[in-house]
Amino acid sequence: MNPQPNNFGTPAAESSSTGALVIAWLFVGIPLAWGVSQTFIKALTLFQ
Amino acid sequence: MADNSSSLLDRSRTIAGPGYNRWLVPPAALAIHLAIGQVYAFSVFKKPLGALISGNVDAPAPTDWSPGQIGWIFSIAIVLLGLSAAIFGKWLERVGPRKAMMAAALCFGGGFLIGSLGIHLHSLVLLYLGYGVLGGIGLGLGYISPVSTLIKWFPDRKGVATGMAIMGFGGGAMIASPLSVALMAHFKSTGTLGVAATFITLGIIYFLFMQFGVWTIRVPADDWAPAGYVPNAEHSALITSGNVSADNAIKTPQFWLLWVVLMTNVTAGIGVLETASPLIQDTFSKAAMGGGKFVTAAAAAGFVGLLSMFNLLGRFFWSSASDKLGRKVTYAIYFALGIALYLLIPTLGHNLQLTLYVVVACVIISMYGGGFATIPAYLSDLFGKYQVGAIHGRLLTAWSTAGVVGPLIVNYLHEGRKAQGFTGASAYQTVFYTMAGLLVVGLLANFAVTAVNEKYFEKGPVTPQGGGH
Repeated sequence: MNPQPNNFGTPAAESSSTGALVIAWLFVGIPLAWGVSQTFIKALTLFQ
Repeated sequence: MADNSSSLLDRSRTIAGPGYNRWLVPPAALAIHLAIGQVYAFSVFKKPLGALISGNVDAPAPTDWSPGQIGWIFSIAIVLLGLSAAIFGKWLERVGPRKAMMAAALCFGGGFLIGSLGIHLHSLVLLYLGYGVLGGIGLGLGYISPVSTLIKWFPDRKGVATGMAIMGFGGGAMIASPLSVALMAHFKSTGTLGVAATFITLGIIYFLFMQFGVWTIRVPADDWAPAGYVPNAEHSALITSGNVSADNAIKTPQFWLLWVVLMTNVTAGIGVLETASPLIQDTFSKAAMGGGKFVTAAAAAGFVGLLSMFNLLGRFFWSSASDKLGRKVTYAIYFALGIALYLLIPTLGHNLQLTLYVVVACVIISMYGGGFATIPAYLSDLFGKYQVGAIHGRLLTAWSTAGVVGPLIVNYLHEGRKAQGFTGASAYQTVFYTMAGLLVVGLLANFAVTAVNEKYFEKGPVTPQGGGH
């Protein structure tokens, strides 16, 4: 089975730009950082 | 239209073109794992779900669901995680990660929606079927869907790549817990203490969030390799050059040895996680500390948070370290160090050494997380990358087993000690010594792991499409 022609979400001759990389990592990194910061704040109560 | 959307999910439509940056794949995997990691934050719903009739979490009505009934929701989800990963693993290898991720998103999001209906109608069966069964299937599919793809993209850094994704599973709970609490407060006036509306909202949010992974995931072309990568340059007897199918893998002693390795490591970790809050409060109670500073309920919640962070960090740290140390050595460290620390921790409790106690518990939990994250790379080393996702799926039944057996052992031993009149640190002593014993079993099983006999290897070239039936 051969790859299909280009379309949204399909294999293209993708040159993954730095911008795409930054956006992708921010998309998952921001919620993760928020969750970690909330947990860290909670963890601090152990040392108070 | 239907045909188009169907074909967009096919493996053939996800093959990356030339110049694709492989570092775009871990965020796609993280989008799935960050969502499904929510399951470990399910405990935030326990009290509200137990007070839907009375409307007061401090005074449940007789007709409200009991903690035991509510506890089964999580247990069913974890059991279904393992079962669905085992059952659908080969299908996943055949259809590719995008279709599997879409199925995971539909099941996981749909589980919340059916669960919400169950809450609204006060039907525990609907909640079991929705969040437990359907959501659990979503968990299993989502958990294993990016693993083999990551291993194919990062043959030179398998531990780093899978560690990043599985770290997301640990991080998911950190996001879900405060998010769920905030949503329940926001929807409080809508009835059911805001839980039903929160379930609907979470179902939609997670479905949409997972779509990022669905549409950005790519698989490498069959002939792709990282620049400068030389296959099997590691020169380790435990890194195979062959490929073993999922059906053949379960016929090998190595699969079952790793099953024992994962089961014992997870069970031991649950020993600490399951009891973390009462454990530290009982051990460093007001009575035990005399005039000294004792551990309050709020501080115990902080301890649980700290353990969550080390669970997350351990997944990435240990799995990445295994790329250098080798998987067998890394697991030997988990077990040998774990045995020493489990034997040490009751003494630290008796001597009221709080700081050391916390440090030891954090190291133990980091290795618990590390055990989850390192296992896909261990499987890939032993069985090849051909059907590693399906093999991983079957191995996750060890997690389901540990998820049920672990808390049972802990509660049985702890209650038994309490019935004998032991309090504080003494009430947990047998729990820790039993966990150390379990780790000895794991250490021996890991020690027995050798290279897979070549008779189990696939003959001739293998393709993902040919892998499933």
